[in-house]
Amino acid sequence: MNHLLSWIIWLPVLGGMGLMALPEGRAKAARAAALALALAEMALCLLLLARFDGSLAGAQFSEYLPWVPAWGLGYRLGVDGISVFLVALNGLLGLAALLAAWKRPDHWRAMAMLILAAEGAAQGAFLARDVVLFYLFFEASLIPIYLLIGVWGGEKRVAATTRFLLYTLFGSLLMLAAILVMYFQVRTLTGKTSFDMADWQGLTLPLGYQAWLFGAFFLAFAIKAGLFPLHSWLPEAYRQAPVAGVILLAGSLAKMGSYGMLRFCLPFFPLAAHAAQPLVAGLALASLLYGAGMALVQPDFKGLLSYASVSHMGLCVLGLFSLDLAGWQGGLLTMVNHGVSIAALFFVAGLLWERLGTDELSRHGGAYARMPALGLLLLPAAFSFMGVPGTNGFVNEFLSLWGAFQYRVLAGALGALGLILGAAYMLGLVKKVMLGPSGEAMRGPVPDLDGRERLVLGALVLVIFVAGIFPNLLLSRMGPSLSQSLQSLTAPVAVAMK
Amino acid sequence: MTSVYWVLFLPLAMALVNRLWGGKLTRAMSGVLSSLAVGLALLFSLYAFSRVADLPLSDQGSRQIFGTLYSWISVGGVNLGFSLLLDPLSALMASLVAGVGLLIHVYSIAYMGGEDEGEFSRYFAYLNFFVFSMLVLVMAGSFLVMFLGWELVGVSSYLLIGFYRGRESAVKAGVKAFLVNRVGDFGFLLGILALLVNYHTLDFPAILGNPGLLAGRGALATVVPLLLFAGAVGKSAQVPLHVWLPDAMEGPTPVSALMHAATMVAAGVFMVLRCHALFQASPAAMATVAWTGVATAFLAASIALVQTDIKRVLAYSTISQLGYMMLGAGVGAYTAAFFHLFTHAFFKSLLFLGAGSVMHAMGGELDMTRMGGLKARMPVTYWTFLAGALCLAGFPLTSGFFSKDEILRQALVSPGGSPWLWLAGTLTAVLTAVYAFRLVFKVFHGETRMEKDAWDHVHESPAAMTLPMVLLAAAALLAGLLGLPESWTRFQPFRDWMAPAFFDLPAGLMPAAQAAAQAVPDWALLLLASAIALGGLAFCWRVFARHSDLPSRLMESPAARGVHALLWNKYYFDEAYQAVFVDGFRGLCRLVWRFVDEGIIANLVDLAGSMAEAAGSTLTLLQTGYVRFYLGAFVLGVVLILAMLAGLI
Repeated sequence: MNHLLSWIIWLPVLGGMGLMALPEGRAKAARAAALALALAEMALCLLLLARFDGSLAGAQFSEYLPWVPAWGLGYRLGVDGISVFLVALNGLLGLAALLAAWKRPDHWRAMAMLILAAEGAAQGAFLARDVVLFYLFFEASLIPIYLLIGVWGGEKRVAATTRFLLYTLFGSLLMLAAILVMYFQVRTLTGKTSFDMADWQGLTLPLGYQAWLFGAFFLAFAIKAGLFPLHSWLPEAYRQAPVAGVILLAGSLAKMGSYGMLRFCLPFFPLAAHAAQPLVAGLALASLLYGAGMALVQPDFKGLLSYASVSHMGLCVLGLFSLDLAGWQGGLLTMVNHGVSIAALFFVAGLLWERLGTDELSRHGGAYARMPALGLLLLPAAFSFMGVPGTNGFVNEFLSLWGAFQYRVLAGALGALGLILGAAYMLGLVKKVMLGPSGEAMRGPVPDLDGRERLVLGALVLVIFVAGIFPNLLLSRMGPSLSQSLQSLTAPVAVAMK
Repeated sequence: MTSVYWVLFLPLAMALVNRLWGGKLTRAMSGVLSSLAVGLALLFSLYAFSRVADLPLSDQGSRQIFGTLYSWISVGGVNLGFSLLLDPLSALMASLVAGVGLLIHVYSIAYMGGEDEGEFSRYFAYLNFFVFSMLVLVMAGSFLVMFLGWELVGVSSYLLIGFYRGRESAVKAGVKAFLVNRVGDFGFLLGILALLVNYHTLDFPAILGNPGLLAGRGALATVVPLLLFAGAVGKSAQVPLHVWLPDAMEGPTPVSALMHAATMVAAGVFMVLRCHALFQASPAAMATVAWTGVATAFLAASIALVQTDIKRVLAYSTISQLGYMMLGAGVGAYTAAFFHLFTHAFFKSLLFLGAGSVMHAMGGELDMTRMGGLKARMPVTYWTFLAGALCLAGFPLTSGFFSKDEILRQALVSPGGSPWLWLAGTLTAVLTAVYAFRLVFKVFHGETRMEKDAWDHVHESPAAMTLPMVLLAAAALLAGLLGLPESWTRFQPFRDWMAPAFFDLPAGLMPAAQAAAQAVPDWALLLLASAIALGGLAFCWRVFARHSDLPSRLMESPAARGVHALLWNKYYFDEAYQAVFVDGFRGLCRLVWRFVDEGIIANLVDLAGSMAEAAGSTLTLLQTGYVRFYLGAFVLGVVLILAMLAGLI
């Protein structure tokens, strides 16, 4: 198939808009069509995985259309080992989000359209090889999520969306300014007018310049990823978002932040990255520990998962800023693995909310007795989240800590405290929801998982085990791109040292 | 190596079958198939055992097969494989785990017979999964695989302790066990990482095959074994991480027998033995192991003296015996430590099965002050329990007598030993004899203290339960023959078997202050040990079987009451941890959440927002308050920018 990457981006976006052409009231037809789109998107992602050559470091399936040649602006797409699994993850989560929203009665077509649009925009951000194109997709993904929360969200959705928008727009503006400055720098240094990412690497900008640009990019990405202390938009947005929205937001859109760090901050500004390493590693550790501590005392299911996400993004950034291959593998793998397990956990939060009408953990309890299938499927996700070996979560935690340990023994040791805290909040969650005597919200009829719910959770759990037992399936394909990028990061520093 | 793969695969496959399709199996099918899987695993491990026996000695005097199933995690040039190692240590330990596991499976078919099909198969799924995890831990050929088994053992322990999931206390105990273990695993993982970044491999042959590896590496030589030891402290319930084990008795009793007495908790000792090459490079690490062990042995035995819950007494007894094993490992008496692990597995699982049989007969009663006289109604349980208690107390010629005596002897005469270690260990032996016989006499002898109705219901347990007890009793009494004192005979099958697995202590590393101790003759120590066990028996007979008023007279003195309160409350470890690590830490997090997170950090953006608002007050006309207006403006802006970029304007 030619233009596979374009298909992956535009199928959900345009197909979703096509849903609006269906007559209103034909809910069944709309569901079938939306599901078909999400399945087709998933199939395209699998096709991409199958045809992706893991031994190559550079971009594959590249596409180029001139856009504004005079400014060096182009529709450039490409996929490499850094983005390929994020694309696949996004395809999987789009499907999961759609199935999570399956029973929402109101305005189903519009909701499906927004879910698919968010998915497509995120695919665009992961596949863009042109800085402006990336920026457009990065920004565009905000709109459907904003609308999803604003229209279908919980009671405090207005405050949540306002804060969410303020924060992310603030970050985006900084990034936009930095992009323009950098563009002119590239022109000065190389004589090229280009927004091609390939042209932006390996430049010898002075450290002072790099520091400012690095900072602007980093802030935007740190906000998106929910890194401490810029995380405060996140718990409220996650709490108020409908499950479908939060699966995409926490599972894949937040990864645009950490992906951006790996794709932009580190290779574009190597000197600044090295200089900022202690600071960022410190922030990452703070996120990891602070998020875990806050997760421990959250009174509600989604709040706990939100802060747990802050903690895991800390682990991810810690791995990335170890500037070590193991740490990079760990950081990138954390993005993928956390996406899978957090989607499963938010999916469970959603299906329990549908049944019990509450998110407060103090009113939960004893769900296992009524929902044995949930008991079976929730545990692997929880174990993945707390890094039990055999699940995928262990591999990324181990690799990230390995990288951190290479960087500084203390960083590794503090990061490993997440092992204890993660188990504390996760087992606490399982206990409060599933075990013990029946909670007060469990009085009414509480049916066990239906076929759709089993399918979604079962698929995610399968990924958790396969990626935990055979992580080399992912690691070996990520490796060449990461090694190459890491070399380009260390080479200019070595020159500067001389 | 193929046989080893089968050893691992069968229990795992049966665990999955039970868990996923358990509801469709009848109880008999589920129980029998699960037992069969473990039985076959036992056969395969015995076969592996025989393979090891046939191996020629290598140049280093070792005897092992190392194999890699597949490459698990590889990064850059470092390849961490799913490796397994078969040597005398792992072959014997695997056979022990599968053997005791099989007996517990059979016993459980009867013991858990009252559960419905779903719960029954869930129980057997977890039990099979435990056997699988433990075998991975034992057969591991690299630190990473050992950590896998280690954590999975923690998971299965969590699942089984909290098996009665409607019961708050059981659920809490499961979580507590996992978390306390994770504290130890934190250290274990750091130790592994330290090895990894220094040696770029985690395979046992590369790291443990050379006793001089860490020598001369300065602080690393001490830090690495101590970090690894933290994991062992957690898993083997050593002070100060012992607090989870007594609570673990919330699980079904056969589970306590299998995991929390015979096998899982021995994993820490096993790990220290497996890594002894690293430990013995550092005298400080060895001393830490020995002193932690002896302190644990003494503290736990003293607590066991006053507890009245049968399973709780046995739990503290287990902690105490694990302490002995650590003591042995810490003074370099590896074979002796492992021999005690071996004999303890039989007699302690026997004691737990006996306790389960008593519970089964008495409708779940565990308080020994409400028992007495059970001997008449439950003869098989009585005699087998007595056999277990004799071994525990180190009664002459039982297995526990020989294995414990060897550890104490080595604590005195080994280059790593000291008279103080020996003295503390011997005092603990006195306490052990007393609490062991107190338990027997209070439960089985004298007049019954039960209600008449309950007493009338007391009956001996079915054959599926008593048969494993009889077999274990025979094993417990006779296992000592494999390791008689060296001064008695040259027939030393246990020592000869283990010899290729252990390096000798490096000569000259330890201070040679043991010269005087070497002169103490073996028979004197054996005589002293016999006297302690017999004295304990006689004392308890007078006090507990004959109902003397000594305990009540003692309690009249305030000092004795104080000591009793201290022991009854287990030195207040739980209370202290609860206050500091649970309530204290949670309280701190809650404060930070309320005042820092929601108070300060959340308002940062509003602050920025209000500043922008002040600056932009002239633009208030645009603040129509309608989201659709904002969105419209936003979309318009995007379109304009796009148009500009496209060169239209």
